[in-house]
Amino acid sequence: MNRVVVTGLGVIAPLGKNTVEFSASLRAGKSAIGPISIIETEGLITKIGAQVLDFDPLAHFEENKLPLYDRCTQFALVAAREAIAQSKLDFRAGLGARTATIIGSGVGGQGTQDENYQRLYLQGLKRCHPLTIPKLMINAPCCHITMEHGITGPSFVVASACSSANHAIGVAFQMVRSGMVEAAVTGGTEAVFTFGTIRGWEALRVMAPDTCRPFSLGRKGMVLGEGAAVMVLETYESAQKRGAEILAEIAGFGTTSDASDIVMPALEGASGAIAACLADAKLAPEQVDYVNAHGTGTTANDITETKALHKIFGEHAKKLAVSSTKSMHGHTLGAAGAVELAATICGMRGGFIPPTANYAERDPQCDLDYVPGEARERRVNVAISNSFAFGGHNAVVAVKRA
Amino acid sequence: MADVASDVLEVIAKQAKTDPAKVTRETELADLNLESLDTIELIFALEEKFNIEIPYNANEATTAGINFTTAGDVIDAVAKLVQEQKGSAA
Repeated sequence: MNRVVVTGLGVIAPLGKNTVEFSASLRAGKSAIGPISIIETEGLITKIGAQVLDFDPLAHFEENKLPLYDRCTQFALVAAREAIAQSKLDFRAGLGARTATIIGSGVGGQGTQDENYQRLYLQGLKRCHPLTIPKLMINAPCCHITMEHGITGPSFVVASACSSANHAIGVAFQMVRSGMVEAAVTGGTEAVFTFGTIRGWEALRVMAPDTCRPFSLGRKGMVLGEGAAVMVLETYESAQKRGAEILAEIAGFGTTSDASDIVMPALEGASGAIAACLADAKLAPEQVDYVNAHGTGTTANDITETKALHKIFGEHAKKLAVSSTKSMHGHTLGAAGAVELAATICGMRGGFIPPTANYAERDPQCDLDYVPGEARERRVNVAISNSFAFGGHNAVVAVKRA
Repeated sequence: MADVASDVLEVIAKQAKTDPAKVTRETELADLNLESLDTIELIFALEEKFNIEIPYNANEATTAGINFTTAGDVIDAVAKLVQEQKGSAA
């Protein structure tokens, strides 16, 4: 079994359009939640979100490529470029055949779908653009990464709603660990801001009208976010041999299914995934310093997640630092696990724990240390990052300081 | 008003898959085994039937002064919103 390390990291998120900006915003504890401005909000109840603002596709892509690139593909490509450049790996020199590309996404090209439905149903137009299907398909972000970088090993998209990216990273990790591939490009992407998608979320009655305050008394639900994070994984041996900078080690992965309610979280499923992850990583609960929580800011998730942490960590739960960075970058859905693992690694490397922003008041049912308001200077050696999805898919990734 | 009350009780009974005769103003929604998704489906059904927007957030006990504990609470909220709807349409 190979040890698996991260040697490249790329982020494009509401908190920053690259890893350096993203990390600085996390440390500053500033929330990127604000008025929705990238789409028209007339007819929407929800007026707030965490958007990637001032993103100009033409600054990144040739104009003739854009008919193939939905916003979610654009994000994935931008993040992958940063991660691959940092890793200094060249996939065209033979390594590409021994490299996997595994990307998570919740829905894929929602903007493209929305635009085409508007043409057909609203504007009464008769035709779709010929590249509509390849642009909106959920695997598009993944295949364009392979094409741009010449990666010819296994590639596919993993879809498990809000656990998609953690599942993608977990699968990529296992492929590198087992020796099936030598390296992997993995992460998640989502571009959720379309009128139709937001109306759909509103209908679930879980959207906060004010802001996202995970684990806090007075929380009113979730706030949507968009973006992507991609990382390059390889074996510890290969990173050492070529003198690559190791950003972190992926230590383990655990995943379970609730097999109960479509939207309500379940204690057994959530705690089971955490326990499985620790077992896979051969970590004792006492070794974990920090938990990047799923922490959506809904009543149901935050109480269940707190209970799951108590159940697995016992007495050590009180010593854990737990934060939800969704309070700053919103819930990026299929990208969440990747954006949040990136946040965890940024904190590890920067010597800080990202805070739970917007935290107002202690909820008696959420009684852990949520690092409220401000980032905390602290060395983190071991962390886990939780994702618990609609459908009852739970996925937890453990990461160690390099 | 009486029509609204009977229509609301009928929609609640349908969502709870129970006999409409068993649902009264005093019936608590919790006693009808309406789970989280049933409640939001119920609200959707009421919005569609009466062409109103019901402010409801699953994360709050009370949203915009509306608390859905009993069937009577639902009737009163819907009646008020229907009245407001008529007022704004006039």
